[in-house]
Amino acid sequence: MATEESTANVKRVQVKRFKPEEYPEKHYLNQETGLWAWMTTVDHKKIGLMYLMSVAFFFFIGGMLALLIRTELLTPARTFMDADVYNQVFTLHGAIMIFFFLIPSVPAALGNFILPLQLGAKDVAFPRLNLASFYIYVIGALFTITAIFTGGVDTGWTFYTPYSATTGGSVMMMTLGVFILGFSSILTGLNFIVTIHKLRSPGITWNRLPLNLWGLYATSIIQILATPVLAITLLLLTMERALGIGIFDPALGGDPVLYQHFFWFYSHPAVYIMIVPGFGIISEVISTFSRKVIFGYWAIALSSLAIAFIGFLVWGHHMFTAGQSSLASMVFSFLTFLVGIPTGIKIFNWLATMYRGSIDMKTPMLYAMVFLFLFTIGGFTGIMLGALAVDIHLHDTYYVVAHFHYVMMGGMVMAFLAGLHYWWPKMFGKMYSEFWAKISCGLVFIGFNMTFLPQFIMGAQGMPRRYFNYIDQFQSFHQFSTMGAYVMGIGFFIMAGYLLHSLMKGKRATANPWGSRALEWQTSSPAPLHNFEHTPVIINGPYDYHKPMSEFQLGIATSHNGHHGNEHVSHTESKTEQV
Amino acid sequence: MSETSVVEEKKSHLLHHFVDSDQQFEASKMGMWVFLVTEILFFGGLFAAYIVYRAWYPDLYLQASEELDTFWGAVNTAVLIGSSLTVAMAIRSAQLNQIKGLIINLYITIGLAFTFMVIKYFEYAHKFEKGILPGSYYNYEGIAHEKANIFFSIYYMMTGLHGIHVLIGIGLMIWLVVKAKKNVLHSGYYTPVEITGLYWHLVDVIWIFLFPLLYLID
Repeated sequence: MATEESTANVKRVQVKRFKPEEYPEKHYLNQETGLWAWMTTVDHKKIGLMYLMSVAFFFFIGGMLALLIRTELLTPARTFMDADVYNQVFTLHGAIMIFFFLIPSVPAALGNFILPLQLGAKDVAFPRLNLASFYIYVIGALFTITAIFTGGVDTGWTFYTPYSATTGGSVMMMTLGVFILGFSSILTGLNFIVTIHKLRSPGITWNRLPLNLWGLYATSIIQILATPVLAITLLLLTMERALGIGIFDPALGGDPVLYQHFFWFYSHPAVYIMIVPGFGIISEVISTFSRKVIFGYWAIALSSLAIAFIGFLVWGHHMFTAGQSSLASMVFSFLTFLVGIPTGIKIFNWLATMYRGSIDMKTPMLYAMVFLFLFTIGGFTGIMLGALAVDIHLHDTYYVVAHFHYVMMGGMVMAFLAGLHYWWPKMFGKMYSEFWAKISCGLVFIGFNMTFLPQFIMGAQGMPRRYFNYIDQFQSFHQFSTMGAYVMGIGFFIMAGYLLHSLMKGKRATANPWGSRALEWQTSSPAPLHNFEHTPVIINGPYDYHKPMSEFQLGIATSHNGHHGNEHVSHTESKTEQV
Repeated sequence: MSETSVVEEKKSHLLHHFVDSDQQFEASKMGMWVFLVTEILFFGGLFAAYIVYRAWYPDLYLQASEELDTFWGAVNTAVLIGSSLTVAMAIRSAQLNQIKGLIINLYITIGLAFTFMVIKYFEYAHKFEKGILPGSYYNYEGIAHEKANIFFSIYYMMTGLHGIHVLIGIGLMIWLVVKAKKNVLHSGYYTPVEITGLYWHLVDVIWIFLFPLLYLID
């Protein structure tokens, strides 16, 4: 048996070069069209686009709510809305942005589109489950929208008890919506893990896996381990309101701090669900536009897993002032500092990748630079919040708000935009206007810093978060911040404009407009219905820019499928019949 | 069975994006294992709540668990363990291409699962009569502990959620019987039986933890 296996290991696979077809007549967008075909499609690319439209919609809603908040805060007292409405608006801004935009944006939208392409697979492992997860997302969204129109929610996105168990409005509808949404996230994570394990093309070993997939893999692990705990927490909260089961409600003998433990056991790892896939995108973009082998491949890959792991051990740092024991706080504070290590490893490896590379400052790379700048600020301020003594002063102030937005908006959203611009040609086969893209990127960058830098100062001076009123000394900061929000809004409207223009009248994209070596660029743009017309064979790493393009366009020559794990494709074997 | 019929059967279940049946089978099985991990975490939240309250109020647990009927709990444990055996036998039958045996074993499993639910129904009904209702409807006077309602909230959440999983399992096995009768399942393709079996074992294992933790405290 052992000898049989070892002979199977050196089974030769005949490969030849498959040049991607330029400007293909038939691709996934013009096959199986029509509304019904789209709604029932199991194609991961179309499902990815449907997710993309949904997250774009929710980003728009969440963004408009943010502008409402900022406008209200122009004056210390009431500007144009009542305090109750204000509470609902900031709750919805948080809940929508986190649960309906940030969490699904990279894994479900971009990840769905790109993951099978990067693996050389025809689809994800469970295409029907993938479609189901999209509809679960839609049902969750419908619940949430119903909640908005049947009384609203004013608890903040954290739904802390006992307030959430007793306040009026549609808290139950909202938590059910998020509960349902969680299953969508779990199923996507499950699908990705199995796909990465079982559906890799011949030659894609673990050390040739694109870093984007390492990021998605780490994310998926967090999704399947953390999200069920959120599900049970929200179920208990729903039952608290429906039946009064009393586990979290002190009036019935329960413990509200237990709720916080439960909630943050999910929600801290959840911020890594949001940011870790962003790290993956940044790795791809920086290597592609620096024309260089990624520096420290394994360091970047494993640091994603390290962040996923440590992320499970730090939830208590949200509760330094909630009355947990000081020993617990010290341990959580220490563990929180540890997150800085793998994150720092990533940043330095990206910088080392760029060092002496031939950097091409296209829009995705520009966003990657914005990411590095803003995310580093977000990360360092996070360390300060993780320090026990400092946090007592800064807890629940605008400093936390600014930190969170620097990490999530400055980190995650910028990475998402880098990925969106990077893969846009592959998605739609169209190029966008570089000029307007850069203008928009600049406006978003300036607007973002105008909005959130003053919030660090305000927070450090004691401006509490979520307050409707504030004392006069903060007014200039608030007004500057509001100004910044408008600048950012203009940037995003320009983005919507040139992206729509690109869809209608954009120049057609070539198969590989960035000259990338990664597998998803070795098929035509837009991709064919089943991703590749052949079974791709990989003999080089995804970032081997020193090797000729022809070595990245290999596929199995015969009809034999070669998809078995025991087939080993080595460099020498591949040198047969290249056309 | 001739060679050609195997090939034809293979084609009917193999989805387009898999290379062969093995790959499809392994992917499905791994998917179910990953799903079971999420289930454990899902129940894990409730177990954590159980542990926290038990650490805080050990007396409460000792007193309140007296109200649970150990005899019927034990019967239900035996019923579920038995059903795990029959589901394993169903998988074996499918592997050996014994479709009749597969269907019979599935029927027995479904029967045992129903037995479990019926016993559970009588247990619940008995408690409801006494006034041990979930949440704020709780009005039983027999336990001299102010947090007695919390114990039963946890009890109802855990057993209720477990019961829902049993019902889902029954649904899945009825679906398998329908499939088996249509001759879709055979030794070359029994993935649905295998993964439903995995799911059923987990439902069983969770009960094996629930029974001692809730019924057998003293």
